[in-house]
Amino acid sequence: MRHFGFALGLSLLASGAGALELEESRTYQVAGARAELRILSTADVEVFEPILLAFQQQHGDVSIQYDVASSAQLMRALYDEGAEYDLAISSAMDLQTKLANDGFTLSFRSDATANLPDWAAWRDQVFAFTQEPAVLVVSEAAFEGLPMPTNREGLIDLLRTQPEVFEGRVGTYDVRTSGLGYLFATQDSRNTESFWQLTEVMGRLDAQLYCCSGQMIRDVAEGKLAIAYNVLGSYAQLANTPGIRTIEMDDFVSVMLRTAVIPQTARSVADSGLMIDFLAGLSERPELALQTGLPPVEAQRDDTATARRPIRLGPGLLVFLDTMRRETFLRSWVSSMEQP
Amino acid sequence: MKLRNPTGSIRRRLVAQLALIAALLSVAFFFTVRVVAEQAATDTQDNILAASATSIADAVYSESGVVRLELPYSAISMLSTISEDRVFYRVLVDGQTVTGYDDLPLPVARQPGRAVFETYPYRGDDLRSVLVSRALSVGNQARQVEVIVGQTRLGLAAISSKITATAVAIGVVFFIVATALSFLAAQNAMQPLDRLAASVARRGPNDLRPVTAATPAELVPLVGGLNSFMARLRSALTRSEDLIAEAAHRVRTPLATVRTQAEVIHRQMERPQNKKALREMIRAVDESSRSAGQLLDHAMVTFRSDQLETEDINAADLLRDVVDRLGPTAELKDISVHLTLPSGRCVVRGDMILLQNAVRNVLDNAIKYSPADTDIVVQLTNDGACRMAFMDQGRGFGEADLASLTQRFSRGANVDDVVGSGLGLTIADDVARAHGGALEITSNTEGAGACVTLVLPLA
Amino acid sequence: MRYLLVEDNQKLAKALCDRFALEGHVVDHVETLADADVSVRTVAYDMILLDIMLPDGDGREFLRGHRGKDDPTPVIVLTARSEVSDRVGLLDLGADDYITKPFDFSELQARVRAVMRRLGGTANNAKTYGDVVFDSTTGEVVVAGVTEQLRNREMRLLEVFFGAPGQIFSKTYLMDRLFSFSDDVSENAIEVYVGRLRRKLEPSQASIETVRGLGYRMVLSS
Repeated sequence: MRHFGFALGLSLLASGAGALELEESRTYQVAGARAELRILSTADVEVFEPILLAFQQQHGDVSIQYDVASSAQLMRALYDEGAEYDLAISSAMDLQTKLANDGFTLSFRSDATANLPDWAAWRDQVFAFTQEPAVLVVSEAAFEGLPMPTNREGLIDLLRTQPEVFEGRVGTYDVRTSGLGYLFATQDSRNTESFWQLTEVMGRLDAQLYCCSGQMIRDVAEGKLAIAYNVLGSYAQLANTPGIRTIEMDDFVSVMLRTAVIPQTARSVADSGLMIDFLAGLSERPELALQTGLPPVEAQRDDTATARRPIRLGPGLLVFLDTMRRETFLRSWVSSMEQP
Repeated sequence: MKLRNPTGSIRRRLVAQLALIAALLSVAFFFTVRVVAEQAATDTQDNILAASATSIADAVYSESGVVRLELPYSAISMLSTISEDRVFYRVLVDGQTVTGYDDLPLPVARQPGRAVFETYPYRGDDLRSVLVSRALSVGNQARQVEVIVGQTRLGLAAISSKITATAVAIGVVFFIVATALSFLAAQNAMQPLDRLAASVARRGPNDLRPVTAATPAELVPLVGGLNSFMARLRSALTRSEDLIAEAAHRVRTPLATVRTQAEVIHRQMERPQNKKALREMIRAVDESSRSAGQLLDHAMVTFRSDQLETEDINAADLLRDVVDRLGPTAELKDISVHLTLPSGRCVVRGDMILLQNAVRNVLDNAIKYSPADTDIVVQLTNDGACRMAFMDQGRGFGEADLASLTQRFSRGANVDDVVGSGLGLTIADDVARAHGGALEITSNTEGAGACVTLVLPLA
Repeated sequence: MRYLLVEDNQKLAKALCDRFALEGHVVDHVETLADADVSVRTVAYDMILLDIMLPDGDGREFLRGHRGKDDPTPVIVLTARSEVSDRVGLLDLGADDYITKPFDFSELQARVRAVMRRLGGTANNAKTYGDVVFDSTTGEVVVAGVTEQLRNREMRLLEVFFGAPGQIFSKTYLMDRLFSFSDDVSENAIEVYVGRLRRKLEPSQASIETVRGLGYRMVLSS
């Protein structure tokens, strides 16, 4: 099989307001393709490319167009603008769920989807294929002589007692701009009383707010930050960056599920299903997990004994998308974070 | 004998009716279960919807004159506990949508303080929704809060189809079991009838005793009818037997009188012409009585051949008996009857009366057609079949008419001077055939005379 | 021989009585079973001839009662019924033989003789003429101390001569006695049997002589 993979590079294809703003678009053409899969994804091309190539190894007659956009852009494209895609892959579980709930996705059933664990699929429309935990990233240098926090209580104590170390050196998502940050924050608020306490403490320490995890991790590594809370980083980056350490809290760890849905504009559910099946079977291809840094959903893996809590797919995720609820939450968060 | 056109079967009708009842009960059961279960499922969903809507309504509050709502997580997530159904909600204050899906339809008839349930299509699926309202006081002003929560019914449909499948399975199993039981019940109910039929069928053709076997009340009229029919039949048979006996008596007694008187007169007569005439008369009497006797015998043989009353018969005993019986008759002509028997037993299965009749007719014939002072050899042999040969030294049958000899009323061409009706060999032939045997007629192999052989299969 | 005839048909009974008388037998005739009972109790008969259908009952009832009483008097049933249907029942009930009406008297006699023979005969039936002893029941003749079995027609012929020694019997008479009505025989046939008897009687004092033009008679030769 010959590959005609070429990058269009970072191109802003958006031309007007309301139109879809793509961060990147890449086409993987094959000769004599029977079908073309148009994928809209929040994952970077570099991250996802190994999966796409492996997919084409298996299905040599399918070309792929891989477009990258933010989760908000993705949502808007599919929900409001009726953009035509065969598959939408996003880390924003809540938005994916809303797409399915509000009738913008199609159902798909196969042996592979039937084998997914119950928590990894919803309504035969939302399919999870990775499980990525939100972790605490700390700077080894900054923590010299300090105990590593193991839970949120411990973290709050640490931040309170060592303001000189952490002042201006605490990082977290800006939940107003980061959909993922908002998801983690709202899940935290559901799961623990200490979330607001922690937010207060971080606000007092003049926490730095980020839109994305990449910069946050780099800043920790460079020592600008001593600690970054609720970071979802690629395993590759986390593992390969020197001077940082990753901590999973032992009270609970929110686990984000990266999901795929078939938009109602898909040309062929069967063809889209090929990719769903491929993604559902990722756990059988450990080399791809290694290359992409995406930990696959493992049906056999039992996390019930651990602190890991996969965020539950379903209408519960709609609650924090409610405009009033979001307003209320953001107001509280801002008032906690931005203290005079 | 079988009835050609039985009009249905009681057993089948009973089974069919019971099965039909079982089927109706199954269907009724199925619908009952379905209706009840679906109602229960709908009620369950309604209750959850109402609880969800109420908890949302309760979460609406006013803060410094502004209506606020912190959508309770549990209000929505509780709806996903049973199924993966889609959920929609809409919150209105004084008719103005404050959050949620503002295209979610409002019920036409709204009653404050009462939950209104509705089902309608929405975004491609059937939606079950509830509207709950409550009053909210905002700065001394009463405002109407309305909450609509809707949920698709796929889970309900799944539950319903599961219940339906279960109900169908139970209905089918019930039907099968009930049908099998009804079959057994019918079998059981029919048993006395079968027993009765078997007990009647087991009877011999001449057994006309009343049926006395225990019978259930329902069969008493039938058995009563059967018994009275058999009583009538018995009396009719007895009557006709008596009639025949009476007729024979009536005919034969005067014949006997005539014959005896003729004998007496014959003795006393002198003139040869008169004597000859009288002798002719006596012979005519003999002929008519013998004909009558053989006709009756033949009728009886024909009747009995349909329903043989078989038993094991020792052929040697049978022959000895008949030879004894006809001894005096043979003696009158100085004919010696020699009976030769094999060393082993020779047993046939047959009707005693018929076989006696056949053997007697053959031997009687032989005596009749043999000249005085001759021998008749009766020989029993066993060569895989039982062969009873009667060899005389009479004039034989001639060549041409061996085959026609057993035809009714056919007599040998050369026996006009001997009294006989010609039925003797016919009777013997009929009996042999009725027993799966044959009557063989040949000219005697040793010298003059005929050889008649009655061949019967061994028992 | 003394017979009891139980027969309700008077004409037949009369004819039979006449017929028996011709043979020199004594016959008592009764018409009912009741009378038959009385007769059997009072007279010792050599043979009972029993009709089956009688005004006061079935002859078979009488048979059953008769056998029940252990009376050895033999019974021959005169039946007008068909041979087959009655045969088994009659013999089972104790009849010694049966004969179907109408019958040849000589056959009746043959049967009587057969029954008597079977039951052991009666010694007083033996008759003596000169040095010849003849038992008409067994058909045995003793000539010069030697017992010989006669054949049926020889016996019946000798019986005639023994019935009236010295009497002349015409050929016609002898033929009537010897042959049945169904036998068509010439008068000369009688000579065959006379010849046979003569040879058997040769060693004795008795002989059968021809009386020319008249017939035969049995005489004692000196």
